[in-house]
Amino acid sequence: MVKITFITNDNEKVTLEAESGSVMELAVNNNIQGIDGDCGGVCSCATCHVHVDPLFFDKIGEATEIEKDMLELDDNVNEYSRLSCQLQITDDLDGVVLTVAK
Amino acid sequence: MKKKEKTCVIIGASHAGVNCAFALRKEGWQGAVVLIDSDPELPYHRPPLSKTYLNEPAADLQSLKPLESYHKNNIKLLLDKTVSKIDSLKRQIILYDGTCFEYTKLVLATGAKPIIPPIEGLKQISKVFTLRTAGDITSIKNAFFKSDKKKAAIIGGGYIGLETAASLKKMGAEVTVLERESRILARVTSSYISNFFQELHKRNGVDIQVGKNVFAVENYNDTIRIYCDDATEFDVDILILGVGVKPNCTIASKAELKISDGILVDEYTQTSNEHIYAIGDVSYHYNKNYGYNVRLESVQNAVEQSKIAALNIAGKKIKYDTIPWFWSDQFDIKLQIVGLANGYTDVIVREDDLEKPVISVWYFKDETLLAVDAINNAKAYVFGTKFLKNKIRVDKAKLKDISVPINNSLEVN
Ligand SMILES: Cc1cc2nc3c(=O)[nH]c(=O)nc-3n(C[C@H](O)[C@H](O)[C@H](O)COP(=O)(O)OP(=O)(O)OC[C@H]3O[C@@H](n4cnc5c(N)ncnc54)[C@H](O)[C@@H]3O)c2cc1C
Ligand code: FES
Repeated sequence: MVKITFITNDNEKVTLEAESGSVMELAVNNNIQGIDGDCGGVCSCATCHVHVDPLFFDKIGEATEIEKDMLELDDNVNEYSRLSCQLQITDDLDGVVLTVAK
Repeated sequence: MKKKEKTCVIIGASHAGVNCAFALRKEGWQGAVVLIDSDPELPYHRPPLSKTYLNEPAADLQSLKPLESYHKNNIKLLLDKTVSKIDSLKRQIILYDGTCFEYTKLVLATGAKPIIPPIEGLKQISKVFTLRTAGDITSIKNAFFKSDKKKAAIIGGGYIGLETAASLKKMGAEVTVLERESRILARVTSSYISNFFQELHKRNGVDIQVGKNVFAVENYNDTIRIYCDDATEFDVDILILGVGVKPNCTIASKAELKISDGILVDEYTQTSNEHIYAIGDVSYHYNKNYGYNVRLESVQNAVEQSKIAALNIAGKKIKYDTIPWFWSDQFDIKLQIVGLANGYTDVIVREDDLEKPVISVWYFKDETLLAVDAINNAKAYVFGTKFLKNKIRVDKAKLKDISVPINNSLEVN
């Protein structure tokens, strides 16, 4: 089981466990506010934006080119931004902390 | 006496209806929320139906929300139930099973249904399918796995028909697309994009046939024979209808709501009856940015109108004001569209990389940018969106020059 912690817009910390799927799906299935996943996870809507805790960024890695471009749609983009539908849950993600973008 | 609880009834639990129910809670609606749909499945994402749900053997339906979320948000979800009638005087809706719900506010999110073209003999064919519900696609999958020949024809070369063609091809079928017009996607895009997708499909082995008006079909031994009015015939064992959809307006028109190409709503998504709203594929609405009425078939429109309806029902007067966007995935190509190209006078095609490919097509009405079609080019899509949102004039000469990158430098100084 991989543990992933979300910090929501109300500054609430929610830790969830999962084995597979994308981080966006995990968030939607657990009602994490602010992650909508309107396009179903195909990098088309940018409604699944998270900021990765800098401590874990190396583990997760940078966004792909299309993802980086799509993130530009959001004014709150920063160097630690990722679209959570593009983050597949693997052991590497264990313990990461993600802040839901405003 | 206890004051009666307010109730918002939503008919249709798909992208528009489900998002509206949750948005009502977010906006603080205190009353009951009743969400009704004919479909027996827990509400799901429709776009994957013609894409991954069809072509990936292990793919499941992707729920819009998990079942617990409806409970947690106190949303009464009634599936496999069809609304037969709206009584707008008594403010109630009636299901086919006779159940009746009173409403304070009613939201029609009834979407659209496939058009069945007037083709002779269609009713006698068992293996003919439409492309709208999970049930439709599951039936196609079953027919595909049972078929020996795996020969499919799709009537209609629109985005969803083409996605289905690409998926079936990926699954190993022999696929023919029969398009009545002289090019595929004729109704929805420029000839450049039509040609691009025509070539893409041909390269991947899909047989694209244009100028084919199918007028009859019949069972012929164990195949389906398709007759076109140019005297050509095609034999297949799976027939798919992809000629478009029409809005589900029947219950609305019986309730005497104003109907045009869809249920007519104002900028607050309100219909001609002040207690009734209409959102998503069924709504015929005014787009402020373009200055005309449209009916759109997209997730973006369904989701964003659902939020506007919820805000207005919760008492905050907010107008719908968005730039439409849409996507389509076929083979390894991602098409992203922003804006509405209707009425364009000028097209600029930017072929940044024909190999990969990375292309964008920019539609203008004189000097005003109307829309962008971006092929594997999220950058063009994103900057197109920004230019449209902020009404920025784009320098056409720079845009034509692929040595000028797509970014703010394309603005007219
Ligand atoms: C195969 C496919 C692929 C698509 N791909 C894309 C894509 O890539 N990108 C994109 O943006 N859009 C895509 N779309 C379009 C998108 O799915 C629709 O725009 C969206 O589903 C509209 O949502 P809606 O809620 O308005 O209507 P619908 O999804 O049509 O839902 C309406 C619901 O109302 C229910 N209903 C109707 N009448 C009644 C009644 N009387 N009683 C009870 N229930 C009723 C129906 O059962 C239905 O579930 C695709 C659509 C299909 C079918
Ligand atoms: S869910 Fe749409 S971009 Fe991630």
